[in-house]
Amino acid sequence: MRVLLLALRRLAASLPTLFVLLVGLFLLLQLAPGDTVDALVAQIGGGDPTMIEELRRYYGLDVSVAVQLGRYVWRLLQLDLGYSAIYGKPVADVILERLPATLLLMGSALSFAFAAGMALGVLAARRVNRWPDTLISTLGLIFYATPSFWFGLMGIVIFAVKLGWLPAGGFEEIGAGYTGFRRVADIAWHLLLPTLTLALIFLATYLRIMRASMLEVMNLDFVRTAKAKGLSPGRVITAHVLRNALLPMVTLIGLQAGTMLGGSVVVESVFALPGLGRLAYEAVVQRDLNTLLGIVFVSALLVIVINFIVDLLYARLDPRIAT
Amino acid sequence: MKTVLSIEGLTVALPPGADRPHALEDVSLALSANEILCVVGESGSGKSMMTGALLGLLPEGVRATAGKILFDGEDLLTLGDAALRKIRGARIGMVFQEPMTALNPLRTIGDQIAEMFRTHTDLVSAEITQRVIDLLRDVHIPHPEEARRAYPHELSGGQRQRAMIAMALALEPRVLIADEPTTALDVTTQAQILKLIRELQQRKGTAVLFITHDFGVVAEIADRVAVMQRGRLVEAGRAEDILKRPQHLYTKALIAAVPPLVPPPPKAVTAEPILRIEHVSKTYRKGGLWSRHRRVTHAVQDANLVLPRGGTLGIVGESGSGKSTLARCIVRLLDPDSGSIHLGGTDLARLSRSAMREQTRRIQMVFQDPFASLNPRRRAGELVAQGPIIHGETPAKALAKAKDMFALVGLDPDATERYPHEFSGGQRQRIGLARALALEPEVLVADEPVSALDVSVQAQVLRLLADLRSRLGLSVVFITHDLRVAAQICDRIAVMKSGVVVEEGRTAEVFGAPRHSYTRALLASVPGRGWTPPERSDVLLAAP
Amino acid sequence: MEALKRLVRSPAAIAGLVLLLLVIGMALTAPILFPKDPLSLAGRPLQWPFTNARFWLGTDTTGRDIAAQVFHGARVSLLIGIVATLLAITIGVVIGAVAGYYGGFVDDGLMRITEAFQTLPNFLLLLVLVAVFASDIKTVTIAIGLVSWPAAARLTRAEFLSLRSREFVEACRTLGMRDLQIIFREILPNALPPVIVYASVIMAVAILLESALAFLNLSDPNIPSWGNLIGTGRSVLRTQWYVSAIPGLAILLTVLSVSLVGQGLNDALNPRLKRR
Repeated sequence: MRVLLLALRRLAASLPTLFVLLVGLFLLLQLAPGDTVDALVAQIGGGDPTMIEELRRYYGLDVSVAVQLGRYVWRLLQLDLGYSAIYGKPVADVILERLPATLLLMGSALSFAFAAGMALGVLAARRVNRWPDTLISTLGLIFYATPSFWFGLMGIVIFAVKLGWLPAGGFEEIGAGYTGFRRVADIAWHLLLPTLTLALIFLATYLRIMRASMLEVMNLDFVRTAKAKGLSPGRVITAHVLRNALLPMVTLIGLQAGTMLGGSVVVESVFALPGLGRLAYEAVVQRDLNTLLGIVFVSALLVIVINFIVDLLYARLDPRIAT
Repeated sequence: MKTVLSIEGLTVALPPGADRPHALEDVSLALSANEILCVVGESGSGKSMMTGALLGLLPEGVRATAGKILFDGEDLLTLGDAALRKIRGARIGMVFQEPMTALNPLRTIGDQIAEMFRTHTDLVSAEITQRVIDLLRDVHIPHPEEARRAYPHELSGGQRQRAMIAMALALEPRVLIADEPTTALDVTTQAQILKLIRELQQRKGTAVLFITHDFGVVAEIADRVAVMQRGRLVEAGRAEDILKRPQHLYTKALIAAVPPLVPPPPKAVTAEPILRIEHVSKTYRKGGLWSRHRRVTHAVQDANLVLPRGGTLGIVGESGSGKSTLARCIVRLLDPDSGSIHLGGTDLARLSRSAMREQTRRIQMVFQDPFASLNPRRRAGELVAQGPIIHGETPAKALAKAKDMFALVGLDPDATERYPHEFSGGQRQRIGLARALALEPEVLVADEPVSALDVSVQAQVLRLLADLRSRLGLSVVFITHDLRVAAQICDRIAVMKSGVVVEEGRTAEVFGAPRHSYTRALLASVPGRGWTPPERSDVLLAAP
Repeated sequence: MEALKRLVRSPAAIAGLVLLLLVIGMALTAPILFPKDPLSLAGRPLQWPFTNARFWLGTDTTGRDIAAQVFHGARVSLLIGIVATLLAITIGVVIGAVAGYYGGFVDDGLMRITEAFQTLPNFLLLLVLVAVFASDIKTVTIAIGLVSWPAAARLTRAEFLSLRSREFVEACRTLGMRDLQIIFREILPNALPPVIVYASVIMAVAILLESALAFLNLSDPNIPSWGNLIGTGRSVLRTQWYVSAIPGLAILLTVLSVSLVGQGLNDALNPRLKRR
């Protein structure tokens, strides 16, 4: 209950942030050369002034910027993201179709990066400045420096082209008509390489933070207390160090949610996955600003929701919060 | 008496590159059952390394190179880690200085005490729970049942230390090592914890090795005393012998540096006030618009104080009493919510920020922490010259002035080129003093200026302050938690509790006949109040 | 000075410095070694590396010299990385310093803006900026700088929050020092070391961001960028994978060198952590 109240309060606190964001986006659009009508007119190859006037009124562009801003925010609050001329349906529908693939990809990449980063971080911290630590830290640096799209491409070359172990792209075998467990397995099969690709950079970050955090906590007074109590080194780590060291890791999930969404643009493009990121890319290429802004808005909401969950998690781990 | 633990010729080596080769050199010490042995020393004496060596918990790179630590017929230095773990906690308990950080913040008090039983015994959980509650009751924690389920941050500092003690004594160890267990606590809490340790020690016949830097605490609790200086044991013996008739020169100096609790005869002070604090209040509001708990703390409530010209007004109180807040209001580091602060004819509380900047040359501050109060990236001379430069002096003249100030506070004028980290703690406090005095202020506000210093250095800085005060005709507001220091340096004393000035008067009267019950409680809590250091330390008031 | 000594004593930092100097060397010598436009047709397309002495790294799908593109690409990556980092650090430090020093409403307002930027996935924002404005190299560089500052602002703010209540800052105020002088002359030098270390992270990310943008064909098509070349190689990935592999390695090594130098800086500026 305490935890929930706290998280709700944090959620409420993110409303001004969202508002700032919407206003910022709107102003950004005002800066863009030409408006929707100009784009339309250009598309149909010119038009007479009365028609342009008519269109301006239709799109609500004839009123002051402030009123337009008000309408824009009001529309978004109702989750009305506008209409995509390219896809010929409401932006919200287009996004909803693409959301599951992205969520699945992000969820699996995050879980993998977190778990592996934690395990490797603990291992490195326990063998600090010895060869396992050096090896893990070096690998971390290399992972961090690897452009994810390039890693994905090289993964395709090795595992799909040369070895033929994994599919080169796509979300599932189109036309295979799999159902039930068979379909789940097929999707997992297709997502293996993309997940690894997206997780790579984050794995590097998580392992570095976990290692640093472990080392920091192992120097704290209560760890000395635990040793003075006669606990074995293993017990000291599991009973006292681990949970304290996890706190910065949990914070990191929230901070990196946005970055991960951004990373999915590239990864989905490499593996031809029908997700939000690829949609964003297509929207940019096709100059479909309505869809692009819709994606930005939904992504921001997603990041806020992830942070909400992270807050809940953090408050569960740390009793000092909200007292 | 039966010896429980004996240290024989213990030498502990520091890693290469440390300031000296050995943390401990050839230390021999015996601890008997049913006694409290105090190990006293200043920082760097190696007293804390001793506890590390006893439990095999020395920092990385530090190791015992010679000697024996005999406990129950075994040499602890030769035992392997597994064997040591059976002794740690179960047969040698340990209490640390900082009860907040010494407990795991994410686990309940009860859970952490229960861990002792889970690690060393085969008791079932119901039994363990009962034992934990009994232990918490033993250390007089109110509502043991609730305290068991509380997290460390939910208890007060004193209660946390009680919980630590309960944990250390859970398995009735024969030896308890207490490493500065009351240093982080307020004086009234300290008195209670000392009483508790004494009570439990007598009831259970435990042998206690008590590490401290404070001779007042020694006088309060020790059966026997061992004095350490730079890794060597210089003197050991029965407490009353050492406290009354110290033999070693170092022990004598240490004891002479302890300010007596009895104030010296009052000196004549003019009645003319230089600083009048009237109805000053400051309230903190915690938590923003979105917070559910908007906590309001009345840090200072309706304070009325007068500082006579050329006099010293002491503001004493425990942590959270509002004394530091009041000091910061006086120099306008904080803006008081209401009230006035008259410096001569100017009401500082009503000045705009830029007008206050002008007035800063008339009222200056000296800070507590010798490390945090000097910008590490500026040379010492620059730090002192900054004030005059801000107030319109040319850099060359200001630097010359800084050299004069260095000489004034007893530092080498050629040291102005050095950086703060090249100075010792006491020297840094002198730099801080020089910085404040470079503006030739009328009033000096000193916020715990000697609290972070070792007792011998503390005496030197206090002497310097007293000397400068009379030479320069300074008026001083002196904030302190240490009643011994206050007794020696202040003409008037104000006692603060929870933001309120509960008593104010001439020092001799406040100490001789306290009117408020809190003042009486505070005085009764001063450790070693019954003990008067043998050599009356006229060190403090060496007037020219 | 001491920090510099510590820096050159760490093997990781040395490796990073050597790598970085190598990349800088490539950038500086590119116009001398490959004076021709690297994006112009040079020879028969899709020649494998080490088969033709003239094109020792081979040619791409349109017959452009890969080695020339890699060398000229170093210029672009470093330039974008450095300029975007400077921009991001400047914005971040100013916003973080002001927010952290003043606190209260100023802090609240500035942090809302920072959070808004952090709530937006930075790559998406980059896409929006590029879509709204143009995708020439100037816009791309500024856009990368604009999406990279929030973390620097938060870091600076955190440093300022802890430093502003330090007694040496209070001492400056009691001496009558003005706020701007306290912020930039007294606190900032003490707050800067972690920010400088973080600059290496920003630069690494900036290089990665540009390469990703170029890979998606959304960066300036008229400049030789490593990401662009990888994108070009995609169409022949199954057979001539080297077209994508070579520039990718260049990115990896460049980012690695920046990270290593950053880590070395961190160890040198925070010697306390190094000992652990």
